[in-house]
Amino acid sequence: MKLRSSTRALTISAALAATLALAACGASNESDDSNSGSDGGGDTQELSGELVGAGASSQQAAMEAWQAGFEGEYPGVRFSYDPAGSGAGREQFIAGSTAFAGSDAALDDEELAQAQERCAGGEVFELPNYISPIAVIFNLEGVDELDLSPATIAGIFTGAITSWDDPAIAADNPDATLPGTAITPVHRADDSGTTDNFTDYLFQAAGDVWTSEPDGEWPLPGGEAANQTSGMVEVVGSVDGAIGYADASRAGDLGVANVAVGESFAAPTPEAAAAVVENSPAVEGRGEYDFAIELNRLTESADEYPIVLVSYHLGCITYDDQETADNVAAFMGYVISEDGQAAAAENAGNAEISDALREQAQTAVDAITAG
Amino acid sequence: MSTDTQAAPPAATPQEGPVRVQRKLPRYAPFGLFAGGVAVGAALSALTGFSVISTVVYGVVLGTVAVYAASRAVEGRRKATDRLVTSLVTTAFGIAMVPLVSLVWTVLDNGLARFDGQFFSNSMYRVVGEGGGAYHAVLGTLIITALATAISVPIGLMAAIYLVEYGTGRLKKAITFFVDVMTGIPSIVAGLFAFALFTLLFGNDFRAGVMGAVALSVLMIPVVVRSCEEVLKLVPNELREASYALGVPKWRTVMKVVLPTAVAGLGTGITLAVARVVGETAPLLITVGLITGTNLNPFDGRMATLPVFAYYQLTQPGVNEQAFLDRAWTAALLLIILVMALNVVARLISRFFAPTTGR
Amino acid sequence: MTVTKAPTEPPAQQRTIRRPGDRIFAGAARGSGIFILLVLAGVAAFLISEAIPAFTASSEEIPGGEGLGDYVWPLIAGTLLGAVIALLVATPLAVGIALYVTYYAPRRIATALGYVIDLLAAIPSVVYGFWGLAVLAKQLVPFHEWLDDTLGFIPFFAGPASTTGRTMLTVGLVLAVMILPIISAIAREVFGQAPALHREAALALGATRWEMIRMAVLPYGKSGVIAGAMLGLGRALGETMAVAIILSGGAGATLNVISNSSPSTIASNIALRFPEATGLGVNTLIASGLVLFVITLAVNMLARWVVNRRADFSGAN
Repeated sequence: MKLRSSTRALTISAALAATLALAACGASNESDDSNSGSDGGGDTQELSGELVGAGASSQQAAMEAWQAGFEGEYPGVRFSYDPAGSGAGREQFIAGSTAFAGSDAALDDEELAQAQERCAGGEVFELPNYISPIAVIFNLEGVDELDLSPATIAGIFTGAITSWDDPAIAADNPDATLPGTAITPVHRADDSGTTDNFTDYLFQAAGDVWTSEPDGEWPLPGGEAANQTSGMVEVVGSVDGAIGYADASRAGDLGVANVAVGESFAAPTPEAAAAVVENSPAVEGRGEYDFAIELNRLTESADEYPIVLVSYHLGCITYDDQETADNVAAFMGYVISEDGQAAAAENAGNAEISDALREQAQTAVDAITAG
Repeated sequence: MSTDTQAAPPAATPQEGPVRVQRKLPRYAPFGLFAGGVAVGAALSALTGFSVISTVVYGVVLGTVAVYAASRAVEGRRKATDRLVTSLVTTAFGIAMVPLVSLVWTVLDNGLARFDGQFFSNSMYRVVGEGGGAYHAVLGTLIITALATAISVPIGLMAAIYLVEYGTGRLKKAITFFVDVMTGIPSIVAGLFAFALFTLLFGNDFRAGVMGAVALSVLMIPVVVRSCEEVLKLVPNELREASYALGVPKWRTVMKVVLPTAVAGLGTGITLAVARVVGETAPLLITVGLITGTNLNPFDGRMATLPVFAYYQLTQPGVNEQAFLDRAWTAALLLIILVMALNVVARLISRFFAPTTGR
Repeated sequence: MTVTKAPTEPPAQQRTIRRPGDRIFAGAARGSGIFILLVLAGVAAFLISEAIPAFTASSEEIPGGEGLGDYVWPLIAGTLLGAVIALLVATPLAVGIALYVTYYAPRRIATALGYVIDLLAAIPSVVYGFWGLAVLAKQLVPFHEWLDDTLGFIPFFAGPASTTGRTMLTVGLVLAVMILPIISAIAREVFGQAPALHREAALALGATRWEMIRMAVLPYGKSGVIAGAMLGLGRALGETMAVAIILSGGAGATLNVISNSSPSTIASNIALRFPEATGLGVNTLIASGLVLFVITLAVNMLARWVVNRRADFSGAN
């Protein structure tokens, strides 16, 4: 037994030593504290402390880019963003556990009141900083281009149109040769901002065919359901005759339908998405720095694409302590800057916000104080 | 088939007779018959449009039937049943291999692309698009899992000891029953519970690796208790009685006789419990979140963990999708390797410490 | 020393505790058991307190607008259906595997084969999900069509067969693979522990290998197999990520396991909905978690009852 226990002690201490050795050296890309990427910041003061956000996972890829850029300019700040979901993000922000939230939907009136209370009774900002066109994606052998009117899309997703050579689809695409493949409409299985915006579009633009209230949960029973955007892309890509909806940047090799706006058909380009956001009316009765918008789904302009996901950043105009206020202002300032938007667009494929939106957001960023 | 050592010629005399002259199939006959069955299966499959799957299915069924029929004719019912069961049991093992090979192949195929030095030495700190690694997530997973194990194993093992060695009456019944109930807690609920507990104790903005460890412990404890209890029960009572007869106190009997006897099984049980939680995504998602840098302190701040890292790389990739997917699959591959390493360690422990059994 | 004890008392179980070491050890063991009960009580209290608003709310406020019962019922059906398929497939397979590894495989590689099966437990559920979606579901599409064509008269295979294979059947099979290592590891352990004397006696009497297993190994290992199956069932009932990724869920309760309109399961529904849920939606999801909790309780009571009808096996006698 003596021998045994000494062997045991040896094993344990060896294992311990190995662990410590592993833990002692940091990640090699963290140890060099050069902020080579961005020494153009110039006159920004050195910031420190923590900046914590949580919310929409739709922003995750963009947030990675923002975080990388922000950490480059302000290496003293420990930044983290929990992609826990919009609902969780709003709740954590209201509860005061995060400094800002990312959310695919603006605050409703009840939440707004709670948020104002959290913000020392002051104003709340809501900035539409992440704009992403939602593409109607399809996988149909021999067909690369497709034009669809809102009523046709609604018909396909309610199950009224079951075959690709249906007269309604043919009417939208007079020049195309459509096969008789059965249509497999795919919707998101999870509760998502993408579904919310897609159903909102169908409800507003094709109200006589699509009668369900817009919701983040797919409102119709049955049908093919896929988890997350990646699941959606996977399923649509694997079935001939499938159609679904996903962030345009994720469509990959799949066909992307042009959607009817007025007399013409628009493609889900970043420019068209940014344009529709800029020209949409603000939600009424909100504060000075609350830029929540009512998306104009019924746009008639050929330069605008109506199926767009807008994800907001929510925060306070007045924070309790100076450090948080400075950090939030610096971060939001970076996010809306041309650099920030370009970095996000490169990583996430979203649409950059227009200059008009940037100016509007800048007023909110400038107003952030502590007190 | 190793027992059929002497291959008697297949005589044609009937089976019954006072002196049992065991007639056996020649040693390689079962293999031959089985191969024949598979060949016929392939032919059948070719008739209905050839595919590997139908060949295997038809082949195994026909091969099994052929062996059974031949054995039944030559060796009698009992021996035939034995051969049938041998085929079935081997087939069961073969069936389990199919998903395993397919899974491991999928993970290797997708994961080896980024299985490089950078993946192990770099975190995702300030990484956009390509590059980066999972150093921070590996350490996070190791720390949180180790912490969860440190919480669960003593509690779980002691509770199992209580159930087997001490437990009587109502308390034993209650613990046994509720441990079973606990195995059914959905992982996400465990996460919510840990989250609620820590926000209650330390306020809203508290986030730390230990929250994740507690959530994982809720999932891990019942598995530890259940498997340890099962193993401890199997320690022969003679050993305990022999120890008592020598005047050894009960607690020393447990420590020096019962636990060492059962150590191999305990190792397996605990390893299984660790394997059960190391890949958990949902509770860690809620409690410890995800960060891009390295955090080695499990009592302060968010930590990255491999499953959460893999999940987000898979589900929320950016434009350069391949870079994200590669990282996700490599993280998955790493998780598997990690658990396998744990397995090997557990086996080594049990090999070193298990007393050699008599027979 | 101990010979002074009354001879009628069974030596092991009812021995009175005298030494301080004994007292401390027994106390620690007992304390651990009680601690587990407290943790469970904590989880239950948390679930109940969070679920109460959903129980008291009017039915229009519950997501779906039809009340809590209508919301949870399809989920219960889906959860049970998937878990039952998994258990039906996995238990016989696991017993077969355990027997193969313990008594059939060549001795030299048996241990290695055991590791290989344990490898299945090492794979994280997210990976199972993506494998199920990308590989298994596609492979099973022809099988679904075949089931629909040949066994379509059975309600389970009523069809129409899914074109993607992302059905309750596929989920059940993936769950079966996931719980296979759990059941087989425990079965292997108990089969391996079957008393060598019994086994050798059986063989000496001329039993074939299968007869030896049937007479000496299986009765001995039965309670272990059931315990393993219950552990597996617990995992299958509560499995979250894999089901969420594979299953095309969200429909009403149905027995049809091969169509693309399946009910979701409780755990995967929580995972899919929770991040974006607010207010009463959260309470409703937690209430469904409570239901899962109760289901597990019921299933375990049943299993306990089954096991307890047999005499307890403790030790080798």
